[in-house]
Amino acid sequence: MRITCPFCGERELGEFTYLGDAKPVRPAADAGEDAVYDYVYLRDNIAGVMSENWYHGGGCRAWLKVTRNTLTHEISAVEPAAGAGAAKVGA
Amino acid sequence: MAGAQTNRLDKGGLIDRSAPLNFRFDGKSFSGFQGDTLASALVANGVKLVGRSFKYHRPRGILTAGSEEPNALVELRTGARREPNTKATTAELYEGLEAASQNRWPSLAFDVMSVNQLFSPIFVAGFYYKTFMWPAKFWEAIYEPAIRRAAGLGRAAGVADPDHYDKAWAHCDVLIAGSGPAGLSAALAAGRSGARVIVCEEDFTLGGRLLSDGGTVDGLPASEWLSRTLAELAAMPDVRIMTRTTLFGVYDGGTYGALERVNDHLPSPPEHQVRQRLWRIVAKRCVVAAGAIERPIVFAGNDTPGVMMASAMRSYISRYAATPAKRMALFTNNEDGWRTVETALAAGLQIAAVIDARADISPAHRSLASKGGFPVLHGAVSGIDGGKDGVRKIAVSLTGGARAEVETDGLAVSGGWNPTVGLTSYHRGRPKWRDDIAAFVPDGAPPGMVAAGAANGAFGLGACLREGFDAGAVAARDAGRSGTAGSVPVADDQAFSLTPLWHIAGKGKAFVDQQHDVTASDIELAQREGFESVEHLKRYTTLGMATDQGKTSNVAGLAIMAAVTGRSIPETGTTIYRPPYVPVAIGAFAGHHRDETFHATRLTPSHHWAAEQGAIFVDTGLWKRAQWYPRAGEKDWLESVTREVKAVRSGVGFCDVSTLGKIDVHGPDAGAFLDRVYINTFSNLAVGKARYGLMLREDGIVYDDGTTSRLAEDHYFLTTTTAKAGLVMQHLEFCRQVLFPELDVQLTSVSDQWAQFSIAGPKTRDLLKEIVDPTEDLSNEGFPFMGAREVALRGGIKARLFRISFSGEMAFEISVPARYGEAMARNLMLAGKQFGVTPYGTEALGVMRIEKGHVAGPELSGTTTAADLGLGKMMSTKKDYIGRVMAGREALVAPDRQVVVGIKPTDRARRLRSGAHIIPKGQTPGPGNDQGYVTSVCFSPTSDQWIGLALVERGRERIGEIVHAHDPIRGEDYDVELCNPVFYDPDGGRQRG
Ligand SMILES: [Zn+2]
Repeated sequence: MRITCPFCGERELGEFTYLGDAKPVRPAADAGEDAVYDYVYLRDNIAGVMSENWYHGGGCRAWLKVTRNTLTHEISAVEPAAGAGAAKVGA
Repeated sequence: MAGAQTNRLDKGGLIDRSAPLNFRFDGKSFSGFQGDTLASALVANGVKLVGRSFKYHRPRGILTAGSEEPNALVELRTGARREPNTKATTAELYEGLEAASQNRWPSLAFDVMSVNQLFSPIFVAGFYYKTFMWPAKFWEAIYEPAIRRAAGLGRAAGVADPDHYDKAWAHCDVLIAGSGPAGLSAALAAGRSGARVIVCEEDFTLGGRLLSDGGTVDGLPASEWLSRTLAELAAMPDVRIMTRTTLFGVYDGGTYGALERVNDHLPSPPEHQVRQRLWRIVAKRCVVAAGAIERPIVFAGNDTPGVMMASAMRSYISRYAATPAKRMALFTNNEDGWRTVETALAAGLQIAAVIDARADISPAHRSLASKGGFPVLHGAVSGIDGGKDGVRKIAVSLTGGARAEVETDGLAVSGGWNPTVGLTSYHRGRPKWRDDIAAFVPDGAPPGMVAAGAANGAFGLGACLREGFDAGAVAARDAGRSGTAGSVPVADDQAFSLTPLWHIAGKGKAFVDQQHDVTASDIELAQREGFESVEHLKRYTTLGMATDQGKTSNVAGLAIMAAVTGRSIPETGTTIYRPPYVPVAIGAFAGHHRDETFHATRLTPSHHWAAEQGAIFVDTGLWKRAQWYPRAGEKDWLESVTREVKAVRSGVGFCDVSTLGKIDVHGPDAGAFLDRVYINTFSNLAVGKARYGLMLREDGIVYDDGTTSRLAEDHYFLTTTTAKAGLVMQHLEFCRQVLFPELDVQLTSVSDQWAQFSIAGPKTRDLLKEIVDPTEDLSNEGFPFMGAREVALRGGIKARLFRISFSGEMAFEISVPARYGEAMARNLMLAGKQFGVTPYGTEALGVMRIEKGHVAGPELSGTTTAADLGLGKMMSTKKDYIGRVMAGREALVAPDRQVVVGIKPTDRARRLRSGAHIIPKGQTPGPGNDQGYVTSVCFSPTSDQWIGLALVERGRERIGEIVHAHDPIRGEDYDVELCNPVFYDPDGGRQRG
């Protein structure tokens, strides 16, 4: 498998680290225990197309949101995380 | 004295008669020629018996001339390079080659285990499951050793492999598997179109079946067309041809695995060269031109040495000029088998008879028979009279019921051809059945891949050339190359008429899978016992599960299963195809990642200096760290470590702590960011101060700890533990980029940029004064406990100085740019000589942290909370942070949790050991009263006894209680007292002084 990092180009799997489902959003500080519990433990693990977090630790250290088919490993989209790169979001 | 090559033809063959080679098989000397395989050289020397079979120890010969060989497996080479299960049919002959047959004892000709044949009822299908159901201990003691000795597939060398293996990447437009007519035609079309082409050929000579079957292409003899084509390809700079290279697997994204046997054809690899190389090839398109494999017909005695595939028979005759038989018979159900007769006659050999299962035989073949003076019998071979010396006679059941016998010294068998569907089916593809050739052909393929030629069921030479050419041209175009492919090579198409025939019923064992000794009756038995699914059949009988993966046996097995269940072959279906296509040594997958290059080694900045001091190093992750510094006369590590601890506590010592993870945190929101990742607050830390921090995982469990210093308003410097350095960086980047992208903060890993030393002991300040510029104020007021700032060293170098203490002593940590690390160690030794400075290693570091009750790796075990570690008060209630909510869950705040506490043995002389369980005193140890365990222990020079830390249920409420330490692993039981974990200077006066 190879991932095309938006900063580094097409790179081999060994440069990346996987962190599963990219959908859950960290709840606000006052969201309560149930919301945080869902965030921490309830993860999708789909046989099909998933949005996933991948870390380019062997390259630019960007976190990437990768859209991948877990059955075929086909990657249809790669986006940098909101805060990846040098620029501050909204700056 | 080498043998005489009695079965070598006087002329012909692709062997170099000017390069004779000597070799030994089972201790006997033979000779062959450059260009031989071990199998062809054995054939040339008249050797028929080459091994004993797996279960029944039946004599076996050579069945094929390629990588599909199930029988002729040998132990190749000797000593550390001895490799079992090497196929004689692909092993190239070299001077001095040594090979030994397998599965025989005491000798190949007289094998004691062949009595297994008499007990064959116990070796039937499912014998592992049926026979060994008696008491489990019998398995280890009796069955397994006996089975391993009796049924082993060769012996491993038993010592380390002395050779090197390599791994490499390659990229191309069009990858072609196979260099037969289809593969070369594809390479021509793709190469001429301007594509970057890689051709992988598992053989050491290019040409595939052209080498054995000849033919006419573009009006030229095949050999001439071959050399002309190879010359044209060699002139194309972007065409790379790799011989001795097997494409063994296809992975996602157009990645292919290939094994190049770089130096397997030599006695040993030349110096500085690898033996094999594992290629990962990234190809936009792939043309599988891997050909087809001729399949046997199953009949009684079909495993007798001298029974050989018809195509292999003519390979030995025409490619190697070696004659497996002087007067052979042919058993065929198709037109192609007759080519072996043509080849044999052309080589001046005799034919005993042709047994053809088809009703109609072509006039051309009838006239060939009358010219050659041999009978053509309609029917099938039903038995073999022969043994370890080969075939003597064959029994024939004639169409109509009569019987006949034929005297012959070898039987060529052709049951038709199976396209090589492995590569196209590796992504769970299922091949489809074609009735006209009675074979499975690819039905689709992984993205970017297409099969051509015989691999696609096109068996004629002309068809192979056309299909290959078209596939090559299309692949090049799909890869974006627009050159002109030119004209397609032209050849005639041979007729292919076949009457399917799989199994002739008869008396005696009829083998389907010769490598695993699976017979036709095993399949019938499996069916009777209810194993009708092909996947069950495979596992129950082990059909196709040997190292050849059933290349010659799977389809016949399916056909027999289909017959006994009354289904068609396509209804019966195939098992799932899985890579690798041929066995690949683990060494090739490992490449250079073994021994000292198993992983990268990280050396601390002072490593070479420490090595000069005679330091003993310990591996911590990738790092080598000085564990202790032995001195002459010290009898063991404990004596050295005790000296180092005492020296620090009474004077001054230093230790390289550069392995800590170091991260610079910059930006206006740096403080806010740290507040969210640590349980305690950093935004209110004063510039010039350091603070201990603890971070949790989002589930509330402790993740890591370390000190963080504020060097400027918008600049913090954070340290992590050695073990978690990379992971914490990844975690913090996740927090920054994914969770809190609105914060204006940047992280920079500076672990390798700074050499960091801990300097500890009451004379630390005296030593530092010798190192640091005299204008720097190091007094308690000028540089108080937990102070942190940049200082100038004598000579002007800037350093970062932190007044932090892990040992409980008056201590500093000093950071200098990594390139000055070694000089710093040497300077500390020089400047510290007057104060008796002592370098100390990780052991003394560990002793002092246990004496001081600091938690470390054994306590930060991934199961403990901040409160468990006695650090619950650090958890801020005024802000949100990672792990805050989950840390409040009921079980994580339960009062009966196991918490860190000190322990000391009631018997002062006793040694403690980590891992012992804590049980209430007076109780019998068991899971019900297990209250925790000992995490860290050391001999404390300060307390003059062994002390430790333990995680104990309600431990902090039980200080002073005597409990029982139970260590079933080491068989130790003793009492310990629970105590305050801070054994040394509990008020902390020394580190503040
Ligand atoms: Zn990148």
